[in-house]
Amino acid sequence: MSTIQNRVTEPPVSDELKLVQAAKAGDVGAFEELVRRYDRNVFRIAQHITQNREDAEDVVQDAFLKAYGNLNQFQGQSKFYTWLVRIAVNEALMKLRRRRPERVVSLDEDVKTEEDSLPREVADWSPNPEQQYNQAELRDILSRTIQGLPPSFRTVFVLRDVEGLSTEETAEALDLSIPAVKSRLLRARLQLRDRLSRYFQRRESAPGKPRHESGDGNQ
Amino acid sequence: MKCSEFLQELTNYLDGAIDDRTKAELEDHLAWCHNCYVVCDTTKKTIEIYRNSQLYELPEDLRTRLRTAIVSKCHAKKKAGPEGV
Repeated sequence: MSTIQNRVTEPPVSDELKLVQAAKAGDVGAFEELVRRYDRNVFRIAQHITQNREDAEDVVQDAFLKAYGNLNQFQGQSKFYTWLVRIAVNEALMKLRRRRPERVVSLDEDVKTEEDSLPREVADWSPNPEQQYNQAELRDILSRTIQGLPPSFRTVFVLRDVEGLSTEETAEALDLSIPAVKSRLLRARLQLRDRLSRYFQRRESAPGKPRHESGDGNQ
Repeated sequence: MKCSEFLQELTNYLDGAIDDRTKAELEDHLAWCHNCYVVCDTTKKTIEIYRNSQLYELPEDLRTRLRTAIVSKCHAKKKAGPEGV
């Protein structure tokens, strides 16, 4: 089975550093170029975390303005994008806390046991599961499914698997250890898989029937 | 290898972040354990579906509006000087 390939193609770091240096020196046009490069990413991350369109719009503005105001604190040890993501995630979590004050929202939250992520139902999926639904239906399924994950899990999932940050970059952006990122990512992936199974599993097999026969891949 | 041990390594396996020996052990397990094969395959599909979903794409008109607002506020901060930043 092949591994997952990252989809993100990043511009050369030196080119980006030049833009950051120019922006630090007061060139708003250079900063605008940085906005153009990463606004879509920041919006996606913000909406994944907040699950609210207006909040995501606010996060895009607030994160870029905060980055602009604090450019002098960016020392260039990390990539500008990782630094920006860190700011955006914090802004998004603040929005979430304001909207749901009754619930503690923290990246440190954890789940007590491993049991929550262990697949309860191992049903194979249709060969092209996403083609069973039209675009709008599919987006609705994906949105509702990821909404059910704790914020700490969906944040790690969106950074690693949707935006294609490395484990190290994700750890840096979220101020988590590498084992913590890996643990949350595993649980997020398994929980999403488990929840999506109800939409994507093969229809012809008897529901609930355990399958223990030797695997031929069934593809 | 037990299924629980396989699951613990699943993320590293899918990300290609394992040594050859562990990879061979995991693939040996996959060859006979149908359940783990399905979990592995559908987890990979889960990631690909989300990655390709274009969920929460920023519409071009909203994108322009946000960028215009950001740039205008940056100019205002610049005019206000360092203390305004």
